[in-house]
Amino acid sequence: MIINHPLLGPRDAAEFVYLGDAALIDRPDPSVADAAEKFHEYGYLRDNPAGEHQELWYHEQGDRSWLVVTRNTLSHEISKVELARDVAVARGRGR
Amino acid sequence: MSQTNRIKGGLVDRSQTLKFTFNGKSMQGHPGDTLASALLANGQKLVGRSFKYHRPRGIFSAGSYEPNALVELRTGAHQEPNTRATVAELFDGLTANSQNHRGPLEFDVMSGVDLLAPFLSAGFYYKTFMWPKAFWEKIYEPFIRMSAGLGSLSMQEDPDVYDKGFLHCDLLVIGAGPAGLSAALAAGRSGAKIILADEDFLFGGQLNAETYAVDGMAGSGWAAQAVAELAAMDNVRLMNRTTIYGAYDHGIFGALERCTDHLPTSGGKPRQILWKIYSKRSLLTAGATERPIAFGNNDRPGVMLAGAVRTYANRYGVAPGKRVAVFTNNDDGWRTATDLADKGIEIAAVIDSRDGTPRASIHGANMVMGGRIVDTAGRKGLKSLTLSNGQVIKADCLAVSGGWNPNVHLTCHQRGRPNWNDDLSAFVPGDDLPVGMSVAGAANGTLALGAALKDGRDRANEIVKDLGFKASRKAAPKAEDEAYKGAPFWHVGESRKRAWVDLQNDVTVKDIKQSHAEGFRSVEHLKRYTTLGMATDQGKTSNIPALAIMAECTGKTIPQTGTTIFRPPYTPIPMGALAGRARGKNFRPTRLTPSHIWAKENGATFVEVGNWMRAQWFARPGEKGWRDSVDREVEMTRASVGICDVTTLGKIDIQGKDAAEFLNHIYTNAFLKLPVGKVRYGLMLREDGIAYDDGTVARLGENHYVMTTTTANAVLVFRRLEFARQCLWPGLDVHLISTTDGWAQFAVAGSNSRSLLSKIVDDGFDLSNEAFPFMACAELTVCAGTPARLFRISFSGEMAFEIAVPARFGNAMMGVLMQAGEEFDAVPYGTEALGVMRIEKGHAAGNELNGQTTAVNLGLGGFVSQKKDCIGKTLSERPDLNRDDAIRLVGFKPVDPAKPLLAGSHFINKGDTANMANDQGWMSSVAFSPIMGHSIGLGFIKQGHERKGEIVRAVNPARGSEVDVEIVSPHFYDPEGGLQRG
Repeated sequence: MIINHPLLGPRDAAEFVYLGDAALIDRPDPSVADAAEKFHEYGYLRDNPAGEHQELWYHEQGDRSWLVVTRNTLSHEISKVELARDVAVARGRGR
Repeated sequence: MSQTNRIKGGLVDRSQTLKFTFNGKSMQGHPGDTLASALLANGQKLVGRSFKYHRPRGIFSAGSYEPNALVELRTGAHQEPNTRATVAELFDGLTANSQNHRGPLEFDVMSGVDLLAPFLSAGFYYKTFMWPKAFWEKIYEPFIRMSAGLGSLSMQEDPDVYDKGFLHCDLLVIGAGPAGLSAALAAGRSGAKIILADEDFLFGGQLNAETYAVDGMAGSGWAAQAVAELAAMDNVRLMNRTTIYGAYDHGIFGALERCTDHLPTSGGKPRQILWKIYSKRSLLTAGATERPIAFGNNDRPGVMLAGAVRTYANRYGVAPGKRVAVFTNNDDGWRTATDLADKGIEIAAVIDSRDGTPRASIHGANMVMGGRIVDTAGRKGLKSLTLSNGQVIKADCLAVSGGWNPNVHLTCHQRGRPNWNDDLSAFVPGDDLPVGMSVAGAANGTLALGAALKDGRDRANEIVKDLGFKASRKAAPKAEDEAYKGAPFWHVGESRKRAWVDLQNDVTVKDIKQSHAEGFRSVEHLKRYTTLGMATDQGKTSNIPALAIMAECTGKTIPQTGTTIFRPPYTPIPMGALAGRARGKNFRPTRLTPSHIWAKENGATFVEVGNWMRAQWFARPGEKGWRDSVDREVEMTRASVGICDVTTLGKIDIQGKDAAEFLNHIYTNAFLKLPVGKVRYGLMLREDGIAYDDGTVARLGENHYVMTTTTANAVLVFRRLEFARQCLWPGLDVHLISTTDGWAQFAVAGSNSRSLLSKIVDDGFDLSNEAFPFMACAELTVCAGTPARLFRISFSGEMAFEIAVPARFGNAMMGVLMQAGEEFDAVPYGTEALGVMRIEKGHAAGNELNGQTTAVNLGLGGFVSQKKDCIGKTLSERPDLNRDDAIRLVGFKPVDPAKPLLAGSHFINKGDTANMANDQGWMSSVAFSPIMGHSIGLGFIKQGHERKGEIVRAVNPARGSEVDVEIVSPHFYDPEGGLQRG
């Protein structure tokens, strides 16, 4: 597979390490009342879509960027590659 | 006897003669021959024995899909089994041997197996060997292993070198037959970057095998001219002897180039190269494969594919027989008869399964329209064939054609399914092709030559225009469209004898019918029950006939019956090529510690720790075993001073205004108030609340921290920190660099460590307890100006320091430290002594941080701050991880001090039966403590912290050991910690 790195251009997937669902960005707020339940879902429950999937890849043999790759799990077509930091900020993460 | 079957013509170089041996017999051939063509030229028809029945077999095809002619090439360590003689290029001095027989090939002792055929039909494993049960291991399996199989391995290490490489192109053309050459010419003229690959050593494909003309010249001549034109183009890379074996995601292809297989020796060059080709577009022009017709005893040497027979005659100048018969269901089969007749070879008969009039007139040949062959004769080579009307025809070669299958394999590598084409009675590429792939020529069902040449050029022009190049206007090469029509005919129903479908795995028509009768009707079941198509040829000649026969049984059409899924590789890939250079010691990188050379010169025994080579101990003369060395290293360190290279621990440089806040998220304990110049121990959890890693953090400056991790987790912790920094808390101003390899670090431990170090620090750097107390850190210089970092931390429990210098000074620093320590009897120590001292001190390490234990289990519950969040905090509070009877890390000592302890032993209360229900926990680390004078252990036991003084049993049934042990504090040595602070 080839991942079109937003900063470095097309790179072979062998340079990357795969983590999984980009929902891992959405770490729950530990201060809410049902935090334990939320962390359980965060830690253990994943969607497994046949089709478009947003997932985290780490450019370990490259610039060490975490990327959010939108990949079709049926065809392996990659429709979008973003810096995970940008995605995290857009999803409201900060300090 | 020499080349009795060699005839005029062909593309072999008769000016040179090559000598080779087959089963020890000397034979001759010419450059341009394959082993198969040379064997046929020398009249060698019998070349092997079949997989299951040990039937005599000969050469069946002239391509990479050969099911029969598998041989062992070369000798000694270079011996390679299961090589297809049809693609092995002849070279001078080649040694080839037949395989899968006991005794000589002609008198295989195992050929009696054929008489057992009634018992060995499809599924015989599951039925025949059911009883008696005891027979399986002693009788059945050894017999099957002895009788079935293919070639044998040399049992020596492969002496050849294999390599890997990467290539990029605009267009990859797969196959250099008429369509491929025509496409490459058109695309090459446009200026696009082209790779043209073909598995053959000679470009031209079917053009070299036929007598058709292109642009008014011989087809092979036109091919040579086209290759010459392509070779002159800078934008074209020609790769012969290169098989494109797999179509992968995003236009990536796997290719195997055989660089020196055709030479007597590799001369030190890589034997084969495994290429990864990145293409913008690809054009599959892989041609078509002929398929046989099944009839009684159709597996005898001399029964061959019709296209192969004329390939041997036209390309190699070899007559596969003296008197040849043809059995066909299509017009193309007739071409074999006319081509051979033109070369003066006697044609005994042409048997066409179709009614009607003969398609050609051949002098002296029997023309049998609507004919059926029901049986053949000839023990080690064909002698005659019998028709359904009883007529017997003498022939020593039978050319069979059941039509042609487009080579759609690569179009299916990403799960695309081919479509059935009724006109061709064959599958053609489907609509769901791999990204960027087009198909042209015979592979696309365009079987006629003129049309294939045009198809190749037109598709190539479409592609280059698509890529933004200007297509050449040059017309496609011209050739006639030959006749190839046929009528489906798969097997001779009248035949009472066994009729082979899959020659390599010995699967017959009867097996397929039996599979149907027993309910294995899905094509996937058929395949697994009969093993059809599962041999090294992957059923390239057998799959479609088998599908047709199954369709006949079920009354369905062939497309309704389905097709199996084609997967890479297209042809077998040697393990050596897949491994490339990554073998033996080079399988993974070896990392050497900065003081490796010093350690080697000073008698270190090394141990692999992940990728690292670490000194395990330093033996001295007179020491009888490793224990002597390790005990001495521990005793001398504790008595005076010892030095250990601890560079392998991960080091991460953390800088930024928010570095402290970042660390607060990562570690369970608080880091906001760590002062500059101080070190703090830290514990990390996984998000599920389980302990993950531990280490220290030194604050070197206002916004500058240095973290250490365990050796094993250095890479993984860094990855996690980057994840936390970029994905979880992207608003923090913090940056990370891995500096594990940047700094050489040494533990200097023992009561004389301060005295030793004071000799090398510059400018009287104050090492006193007041100025540089336990858990202090500083940046300084040593040895007159070498930058260094000093940490007063202790893993051994002694007063100890760790000193770091830039890695390039590491080896020298080890020498300097040892020299400075000479007056104190300083000793280097390895990982064993390090381990003994950490167990004596009760520190958790990898055995304890094993992915199952929590901070509470480890006795580190107090390190989980209740005042802040951190990774893993919430889930570490789950009730089940905090049960009253949770396991706790404690120490263990044998009641009888003479008894050794074993790691992995489980604890059972006195009086309980030793079973899982009574399991109390396990021993995680053990060592002999020279200080205590007996074995000591660390382990987890339920409520261990409240059970000190209790005696339990440490049971290890796997190693037959049971020892009574007393539960004690994990801190065996200096439990108050006075020494490390002192």
